[in-house]
Amino acid sequence: MAAHRMPLAGALEVLRDLRRDEIVVTTMGTAREWPKLSSHPLDFHYIPSAMGHAGVLGLGIALAQPRRTVIAFSGDGGMLMSLGSLVTIATCRPANLTLIVIDNGIYEVTGGQKTAAAVGRVDFVALAKAAGFESARRFTDLADWKARAAETLALAGPRFVVLECEPVGCDYMLESPGPMAERIAKFRTALGT
Amino acid sequence: MFTGQQIAATLAELGVTHVVWLPDSALGPWEEALEASRALTLVRVCREGEAWVLAAGLHLGGMTPVVMIQCTGLFESGDALRNVLFDLKLPLFAMIGYRSFLVEGSADTARKYTEPILRTWGLDYVLIDAPEKAPLLAEHFRKCRAAGRPGVVLLAEGQM
Repeated sequence: MAAHRMPLAGALEVLRDLRRDEIVVTTMGTAREWPKLSSHPLDFHYIPSAMGHAGVLGLGIALAQPRRTVIAFSGDGGMLMSLGSLVTIATCRPANLTLIVIDNGIYEVTGGQKTAAAVGRVDFVALAKAAGFESARRFTDLADWKARAAETLALAGPRFVVLECEPVGCDYMLESPGPMAERIAKFRTALGT
Repeated sequence: MFTGQQIAATLAELGVTHVVWLPDSALGPWEEALEASRALTLVRVCREGEAWVLAAGLHLGGMTPVVMIQCTGLFESGDALRNVLFDLKLPLFAMIGYRSFLVEGSADTARKYTEPILRTWGLDYVLIDAPEKAPLLAEHFRKCRAAGRPGVVLLAEGQM
């Protein structure tokens, strides 16, 4: 939506610096970038994924683990594939869930084609509010995000955050962070399930 | 074939914690009983693909969910099913309404393609098409859970 966008790595570094013992569910571009910043037992890299469903994966974990806080990432393309999930999440009212949409306006992993939202006039924050999210904010400027991230993550949940980020460019290919079975076992051990 | 109370009691006895559902007209009447159950939490999704992945999250978090959808939702949710059952290899269990199975001579394509698709996915399923087969639900659930693999119960229905 905005012409001004922040660098993805910088946006994620803000979260890395604030993160304590939250569960972090990454997917698509964040599954590529987050492991460069974090190697935490409660990181769950949802790749290979069913594109568009990282939010409800985070919802399931949040409902199962109400004493923990979950941060789930989605891309804007993924969010467009599952707009109904905003209603599903909001209806479940998980106070411990934050859904963060990294909005770069393109399908990065396929080479940078524009999303329908980028061509049109979609307001993800308005959609989340209309679906019933307790709080929803958009950030386009890294300094603003850095200044208000802690406050945003402390708002009533479920929380919805759009971070308008620059495309990463040619470094868009996803690499596997390792066998899924091993990652699930490690994650479940960390959860104690 | 089942009342809502029967389903809720059976699922509770099996240790199911969450029913993730998008009902059809045959499953829908169970809503009140599922919602009233102290053992179960009913989670409503907007599209069936959400159901599989939401159930996956619950499972990873230590819960025991069941996906409850119609066969048309099975068709819709193929990619999510593929991902959580075969990429993540999670042993999720689903109860799927089998539209038009009980309609003799039905040309409903939902009826025609349900079992071929389950066979294509290689999913272990049983069909409950008569009241005396009701115990298959618990038997199949226990069998799949013991084997640590996904499972499906098809619930024969009339017209949509």
